[in-house]
Amino acid sequence: MFEKTGIPSAEMIMKKFPPIERINKGAVAVIECYKEIPCNPCETACKFDAINVGEDINSIPKAKFENCTGCAICLSKCPGLAIMIVDGSKSKDTVEVKIPYEFLPLPKEGQFVKGLNREGSYITDVKVLKVLAPKSFDRTPVITIEVDRRFLYEIRNIKVEV
Amino acid sequence: MKQAEIVIIGGGPAGLCAALSAAKSGSNVLIIDKNKNLGGQLIKQTHMFFGSEKQYASKRGIDIPEILIDELFKYKENVEIKTEATAVGMYEDGIITVLEKEDNYYKIEPKAVIVATGAYEKFLSFPNNDLPGIYGAGAVQTLMNVYGVKPGNKVLMVGAGNIGLIVSYQLMQAGVEVKAILDAAPKIGGYLVHASKIRRMGVPILTSHTVKEAIGNEFLEKVVISEVDEKFNRIKGTEMIFDVDVMCISVGLTPLNELLALRGCEMKYIPQLSGIVPVRNENYETTVENVFVAGDATGVEEASAAMVEGFLAGLCAAAKIGYKPDDFIDRKNDYIKQLNNLRSGPAGKHILAGIEQIGR
Ligand SMILES: Cc1cc2nc3c(=O)[nH]c(=O)nc-3n(C[C@H](O)[C@H](O)[C@H](O)COP(=O)(O)OP(=O)(O)OC[C@H]3O[C@@H](n4cnc5c(N)ncnc54)[C@H](O)[C@@H]3O)c2cc1C
Ligand code: SF4
Ligand code: SF4
Repeated sequence: MFEKTGIPSAEMIMKKFPPIERINKGAVAVIECYKEIPCNPCETACKFDAINVGEDINSIPKAKFENCTGCAICLSKCPGLAIMIVDGSKSKDTVEVKIPYEFLPLPKEGQFVKGLNREGSYITDVKVLKVLAPKSFDRTPVITIEVDRRFLYEIRNIKVEV
Repeated sequence: MKQAEIVIIGGGPAGLCAALSAAKSGSNVLIIDKNKNLGGQLIKQTHMFFGSEKQYASKRGIDIPEILIDELFKYKENVEIKTEATAVGMYEDGIITVLEKEDNYYKIEPKAVIVATGAYEKFLSFPNNDLPGIYGAGAVQTLMNVYGVKPGNKVLMVGAGNIGLIVSYQLMQAGVEVKAILDAAPKIGGYLVHASKIRRMGVPILTSHTVKEAIGNEFLEKVVISEVDEKFNRIKGTEMIFDVDVMCISVGLTPLNELLALRGCEMKYIPQLSGIVPVRNENYETTVENVFVAGDATGVEEASAAMVEGFLAGLCAAAKIGYKPDDFIDRKNDYIKQLNNLRSGPAGKHILAGIEQIGR
C-alpha cells in the first residue's frame, strides 16, 4: 500500500520509533526513510555518529538512538524531510515534537494550530512552542509543538490557518 | 571562424562541471547556452537535492549553479561563457554553428566538443490537450520559480515521478491548491520520502489512474480521469471529475541530443535511458572522435549523476587534446566510483541496464 499511497503503515512507523523508555529520557530522532535511495546528508550532518548509511549511499539510514542528542541538525538537512524529533521527558501527558515546515505563513510561538497525521488528516490541536529558522537551516524552518501523548505515533504535520 | 580548444554545449550541471574539470586540467573552454542564466534545470529547483556531499546533496538546486560558477572563476583565464547562444548545427568537418542573441551567427572550430544539452519533456495525448491551462511541469516550475508567476489556483498533477511530486510540493508552497496527483502506473515512481511529504499535506496520490479528457471553452475548466487496469486500459464507470484551472503534465523527459545525430554519432533507442542516446565509451566519448557527451543528453537521470558525468567527460576530453594532469587516473577512478555508487541502488538498476547497451 505504501508504494501506492505514500502513507506508511502503523507497523512500518513503529519500527522506526525508538523504544518509549528512550523517548521518555529525552529528545531523539525518528528517521522515516523507508526505501533505498542514493542519499546520505543525514549521516554527514550528524556530529554524534547517531545515523549510519555507510559506504553504499543507497542503504537505508540506521539510527543509533543511544548516540542521539536530539540536536535536530539532521532534520533540516534531510532533503526528504523524513526526520522528526520526539521528546517525552518534559511531561507525563504530552510529548514535544520537532518537525520541518517549509510553508508560509510560519506559525507563531504560543499559537494553537491543527495537528495532522501522515495522511494529512486533522487529529488534534497542538501548541507551537518554538519556531526556529536560522541561516544554517537553509530555509527549512523547524517547528516544536506540544502534542497530547496519545498522538505520539500519529502526529507528523501541522496546518496553519490563514 | 572562432577557434576554441573545448566547446561545451549546454551550461546545466553537466556542462558546468565539464567546463570546470577541463579548465582545471589546463584546457581553454567555451561554454555556450541558449538561456540567459547558466544552470540548466537547476535554476528552478528550489528543493534540497539528494546524493552525497560530493554532489552537493542537501543544497537547494537553485544554489548549486552559483557554487559551480564561483569555482569556475578560479580558472577565469581559461573560461569563456556565451549565454543566449544556441548551437544550431554540428557538422562532419567538426564545425559548430551558433546563433547568439537574434542576429549574431557564427562558426566555431573546436578541438573537442562536449554536448550537455539535457532533456525535454514528454507530453500526453488526450482530447483537448491543447487547452490553455494545460502545462508541462517544466513550464509551471519556470513560471513559479524563475518568474514568480502563479500558474493558476487549482491544479491536477499528472505523473507521480520525482518531478511530479516535487512540482506539486512547490505549487503548494506557492499557495496553489493541488487537488490530486495521478499516475497510470500501479506504484508511485518517485522517491517515497517525496510522496510522503505531499501526502501528509492532504493531497491524494491516485495510482492506476489516467486522464480521459480535458473540458473547457477558452481555457481548462474540468478534467475527467478514470482508473486503468494492469494493461493500462481505462475501466468504464470509474470516471472522476476535477474542477481545476491547471493541469500539469509530468510524464517524464527524453534526452535532447539531435546535434549528435546530425554530427554522425551512432545513436540507439534505449528505453531505460528514456529515449535515443549516443553510443559512447567509458570516457563519455561518442563514436565520433573528440565528440563527448554528458548529463541527461546521454540518458535521463539526475543532476547528481549529470555533474559527475560532466567532471569525467571534461577530464577525458582535455586529456584527449593534450591536457592530461598527473592525477588523471585518480580523478577518473574517483568519478567512476561516484557514478557506480549513485547507481547501485534499486533506483539506479534500470540506468545500469541501459548503460550496458550503449558501451562501445
Ligand atoms: C522538477 C525537477 C526536480 C528535480 N530534482 C532533482 C533532485 O532532487 N536531484 C537531482 O539530482 N536531480 C533532480 N532533477 C534532475 C536534474 O535537474 C537534471 O537531471 C539535470 O539538470 C540534468 O543536467 P544537464 O546538465 O544534463 O541538463 P540541463 O540541466 O537540462 O541543462 C541543459 C542546458 O543545455 C542548454 N541547451 C540545450 N540545447 C542547447 C543548444 N542547442 N545550444 C545551447 N544550449 C543548449 C539548456 O539551455 C540548458 O541550460 C530534477 C529535475 C526536475 C525537472
Ligand atoms: S538529532 Fe542530532 S544527534 Fe540525533 S541523529 Fe540528528 S543530528 Fe544526530
Ligand atoms: S537525508 Fe533523509 S532522505 Fe536522505 S537518506 Fe537520510 S533520511 Fe533518507
